[in-house]
Amino acid sequence: MSTTTELTLRAQEMVPAPDIEYGQLAPVLIVIGAAVVGVLFEAFLPRRARYAAQALLAGLALASAFAAVVGLAATGRATTEAGLVAMGALAVDGPALFLQGVILLVSLVAVLTFAERRLDPRAHGRHVDSFAAEGAAVPGGEGEKAAVRAGFTTTEVYPLLLFAVGGMLVFPAANDLLTLFIALEVFSLPLYVLCALARRKRLMSQEAALKYFLLGAFSSAFLLFGIALMYGYAGSVKYAEIASVVADTNRGTTEALAGTTGNDVLLLVGGALLVMGLLFKVGAVPFHMWTPDVYQGAPTPVTGFMAAATKVAAFGALLRLLYVVLPGLTWDWRPVMWGVAIVSMLVGAVIAITQTDVKRLLAYSSIAHAGFILAGVIAATPSGISSVLFYLAAYSFVTLGAFAVVTLVRDAGGEATHLSKWAGLGRRSPLVAAVFAIFLLAFAGIPMTSGFAGKFAVFKAAAEGGAGALVVVGVIASAIAAFFYIRVIVLMFFSEPKVEGPSVAVPSPLTTTAIAVGVAVTLVLGVAPQYFLDLASQAGVFVR
Amino acid sequence: MNPVNYLYLAALLFTIGASGVLLRRNAIVVFMSVELMLNAANLALVAFSRLHGNLDGQIIAFFTMVVAAAEVVVGLAIIVTIFRSRHSASVDDASLMKL
Repeated sequence: MSTTTELTLRAQEMVPAPDIEYGQLAPVLIVIGAAVVGVLFEAFLPRRARYAAQALLAGLALASAFAAVVGLAATGRATTEAGLVAMGALAVDGPALFLQGVILLVSLVAVLTFAERRLDPRAHGRHVDSFAAEGAAVPGGEGEKAAVRAGFTTTEVYPLLLFAVGGMLVFPAANDLLTLFIALEVFSLPLYVLCALARRKRLMSQEAALKYFLLGAFSSAFLLFGIALMYGYAGSVKYAEIASVVADTNRGTTEALAGTTGNDVLLLVGGALLVMGLLFKVGAVPFHMWTPDVYQGAPTPVTGFMAAATKVAAFGALLRLLYVVLPGLTWDWRPVMWGVAIVSMLVGAVIAITQTDVKRLLAYSSIAHAGFILAGVIAATPSGISSVLFYLAAYSFVTLGAFAVVTLVRDAGGEATHLSKWAGLGRRSPLVAAVFAIFLLAFAGIPMTSGFAGKFAVFKAAAEGGAGALVVVGVIASAIAAFFYIRVIVLMFFSEPKVEGPSVAVPSPLTTTAIAVGVAVTLVLGVAPQYFLDLASQAGVFVR
Repeated sequence: MNPVNYLYLAALLFTIGASGVLLRRNAIVVFMSVELMLNAANLALVAFSRLHGNLDGQIIAFFTMVVAAAEVVVGLAIIVTIFRSRHSASVDDASLMKL
C-alpha cells in the first residue's frame, strides 16, 4: 500500500465526511444556485436579453423553491419528521418551513415589482425600471447621461435579490451561532447594495445605503461579539448544547466549562448583544434609527421587499434564539423585551403622527408593528410562536402591497411621496386610493382585514402568557396608530385635489398582480383566517 | 500567559472600536472602527477556543475574516460612490433626510 493511500485513509478516519441532506436543503440550494446562474447571465448574455432572462430566472427559482418548501411540509418535515440537517447547522421544522414559505412568496411578489418598467416615462424610447442605469456613475454626470442614452439597466438587482433571499431562508432555520452570523451577512450585504441603486433621487438613495451599511455593520459586530461571549460561556456554538449548558444540565463536565459557566456575565452580556443584533434587523426601538432614512431613500420596490422579508427572517431567528437557546433565561430576557416592545409600539405610533412623507410614515408604522409582534414573542408559549408566525405572514403582504401602491403615485420628479401631494387622490383615482385605504386599514387592525386577525392572535397569546399590561399598551398604541392611518384616508378622500398634483401611472400587469395579491391576502386572512391560524399553530413547534 | 488577559484585551479593543463608530465623522474611519470591533470579536473567539480546548472558535474566526473582507467590498463601494457624488465622506454631510 502506497503512502498516499495510507494518508488518505488516515485523513478519512480523522475527518468524517459530513452527511448533507440535499433534499431537505433544496429551497436554499435552489435560490442560491439560481443567484449564481444570474451572475453568469450578467457575464455572458448580451445586454438586451438580460432583463427578461434575469426576471424569469428569479421568478422560476423562487417558485420552485416554494414548491420544495411545500413538498417538505407535505411529507411531514414541519411536524412529525422535523429534524436537524447539515450536521446540525440548520433546522427543518415547522417555524422554519412556514417562514421560508412566507419569505419565498413575498419575494416572488417583490420580483414582480422589481421587474416593472412602465411607470417611469420612456428614456430615449426605451422602457426603464426603478433602478439606476449605472450604479457607479456619478448622479447627474456625463457618465450617467451616456448610460441612460445607451439604455443600460441594472439587471444585477435580480441576483442580488436572490442572494438576499437565500440568506433570509437560512436565517430563521439557523441552528448554530456561526450559521446565524453568516446568514445575517449573506442577506444584509446584497440589501446594502440594492438600497443604493435608485434611478431617481440618487443622492438620497446612496445616503440611505451608507447609513444602512454603517449601522448594519455596527450591529453585526455586536452580534459577533455576542456570539464570542456565548461560545466562551458554553464552549459550543450549537443551539442545543448552549441551551443545555444554560439550563444547568451540562455544567462542569470539563474544567474550562466549570470556570466559564461560573461567570454569568459572559452569558448575560453575550445574550444581550445577540438579541441586540437581531433587534436591529427587526427595527425595534432603540435600534430603529436607520429604518425611516433607509425606507425613504431606497428604491421603493426594494423598500417593500426589505420591509416585508427582512422582518420575517429576523423575527424567525429571534424566536428560535429566545425559545430554543435561552429558555433557561426567560426570566432575564422577558423584562427587557417588555421594555423594548412598549417603547417600540409607542415611539413608532407617536412619531408616525408627525411624518409628512408616505415612505417615512410606513417606516414608523413598521417600527410600531415590530413592537406588536414582540408582544407575541414575549408570551413564551406555543401559541406565542404560532401567533407571531401568522402576524408575520399577514403583515408582510400588506407592507409589500402598500409600497407597491406608493410606486404608482408620481409627478415630474418621480414618485410623489410627500403626503400633501396625496390630497384628493381618491377623487382622481378612486381605485388606487381605495386599495391603499385597504392596506392602511389592515395596518390599523380594522376587522375584516388580516391586520385585525394578526393583532388579535398576538395580543391573545400575550395575555395568556401573562403579559396583560403589555396588551393594554398595545391597544392604546394601536389606537394612536389608527389615528394617522385614518388621517391619510381622510386626506385622500375628503380633500380637494391640487391642480398640479401627481398623476397615477398605469402599471403593467406585473405591479397590478403584486398589488392584487396583496389585497387578496389581506382580505382572505381577514375574513377567513382560521385555516391559516391552524396552519401556523401546527407549524409552531421548534425542533431542538 | 493566562488566556483571560486576551479577553480583557478583546473587550478593550471592542470598546475602542465602538467609541470610534460613535465619535468619528469620516465614513472610512467609522468603517475601520467597525473592522476593529470584528477583530476584537475574533481575538475573543480564539482565546475562548484555547480556553475550552476545541476548535469551534478558531473556525468562526476564519469565517469572520471572510465576512469582513466581503463587507469591505460592499462598504468601500458605497463609500466611494458617495464620495464621488458629494466630494465628501463625512457622515455629517449625508443629511438629506431628516425628521
